[in-house]
Amino acid sequence: MKQTIEVKNLSTSYYGKEALHQISFSFDTGKLIGIIGPNGAGKSTLIKSMLGLIKKDAGEASFAGMSLKKVRKQIAYVPQRAAIDWDFPILVLDAVLLGTYPKLGIFRRPSKADREWAYECLEKVGMEAHSKKQIGELSGGQQQRVFLARALAQKADFFFLDEPLVGIDVTSEEVIMNILKDLRDEGKSIFVVHHDLTKVGEYFDDLILLNKKLIKSGPVKSVLQPELMREAYEAQFSLLDTMGVFS
Amino acid sequence: MIAFYQDLLHYEFLQKALFTSIMVGIICGVIGSFIILRGMALIGDAISHAVLPGVAISYMIGINFFYGAVITGILTALGIGYINQNSRIKNDSAIGIVFSAAFAIGVILIAKANSSINLDRILFGNVLSVRSSDMWMTLIIGAIVLLTVIFFYKELLVSTFDPTFAAAYGLPNKLIHYVIMILLTMVTVASLQTVGVILVVAMLITPAATAYLLTNRLWFMIVLAALFGAISSIIGLYYSFVYNLPSGAVIVLVATALFLLAFFFSPKQGLLWRSVRTKKKTVTIQK
Repeated sequence: MKQTIEVKNLSTSYYGKEALHQISFSFDTGKLIGIIGPNGAGKSTLIKSMLGLIKKDAGEASFAGMSLKKVRKQIAYVPQRAAIDWDFPILVLDAVLLGTYPKLGIFRRPSKADREWAYECLEKVGMEAHSKKQIGELSGGQQQRVFLARALAQKADFFFLDEPLVGIDVTSEEVIMNILKDLRDEGKSIFVVHHDLTKVGEYFDDLILLNKKLIKSGPVKSVLQPELMREAYEAQFSLLDTMGVFS
Repeated sequence: MIAFYQDLLHYEFLQKALFTSIMVGIICGVIGSFIILRGMALIGDAISHAVLPGVAISYMIGINFFYGAVITGILTALGIGYINQNSRIKNDSAIGIVFSAAFAIGVILIAKANSSINLDRILFGNVLSVRSSDMWMTLIIGAIVLLTVIFFYKELLVSTFDPTFAAAYGLPNKLIHYVIMILLTMVTVASLQTVGVILVVAMLITPAATAYLLTNRLWFMIVLAALFGAISSIIGLYYSFVYNLPSGAVIVLVATALFLLAFFFSPKQGLLWRSVRTKKKTVTIQK
């Protein structure tokens, strides 16, 4: 039987103003899914409310038939880079090691094996040479790779990344996308909030197109339609057309 | 120096003072490390002022001032959170409103209720008048603080560094926040004797900030902060005793001196080395 990740009638609001209106969608597990839409469309809000990080007004999310509570430790979440204090006194390897915490539970300390596993994850993103640096000494792309390594260290089944490709170098973008594709091929489900439309076709299997409400969800081709994009992006549409997004 | 050492062997009150102020220096450094990393310096100041009405009420009904202080400290923390979450008032303004109100209530209570409470002693502390019961209380508070930080180090680290990540795997950030508030209140109460309400915030922030300039690892920052807190207490007590100066103020100034040393000479962040490095770079480029 095919398993799915489902969201039903999800609504969220900030200070009484509705941010997401009755979102519903369903995807098979083992897909690489992009969440797109204009600024303020509620892309980050969608994953945060799916993960219970902000209160939702209504609706529910299920992961391979299980509730959030049951799969919580199977979920890896990578926040936006701007949400992190990069001056924090923590070294790169120790930041990756945080990925082993969820499964350790309270009181247990990470073991030597956990440290070695964290180092392996750093190798996967090509950052092992920087393991002893303070995280703020890295470039934006390197920081993002370190946080992806932390997500890998979680050995999760579901991955949620909030704008991982914003403002990073080409090498880091390539490294990150390759790893996400590998994870997908291993059967993991990956949701990526994404705002640059030029490469969505190459990067993702499925898309969620949002603008406070769901415009369309499904395979990339069925979503990247001019009339749907116009509906989502309204004023910005003609610009997208000249950028050649639909060719 | 030798005279001070002999006095120390001789006078029990001096031993108690030294022991208590070292303990206070250590726990202020430990909790202070989390306070500055979580951007809660202003809350630290607020809680320290807000314990005043609690102290006054405790004296009035004749219980140990510890209980009253902890209760008003926590009420203040809750009040700040409540105003912040239920209005458009920003956090720093909410803190300003709540703690000054609590402090004002405390001043009136002390003035009206019982003339035997010495407001000056609570505001500025006097470590040389520490009693045995105060010393034991400080020791117990110190044990609670240190054990909590040791047992929950992992959780404190992750919820301070990346609270959203922590929440995503189910850590109760709010509970952790209030636990830190409770520890902070207890540390403040323990510090009343040595540095007093007004200067506690300096003991919370300055040694931790000094440590922050010197290391890139949280556990080492905590150890250094505790060390700097203890050193400030020892040196401060010495000068306070020898030159008959107010203990709290001297302790705080020693902590400040340590901070300035780190600020100018720290190998990684120090202003001096930074300017040397820039000069070297300029020279290389010119070559």
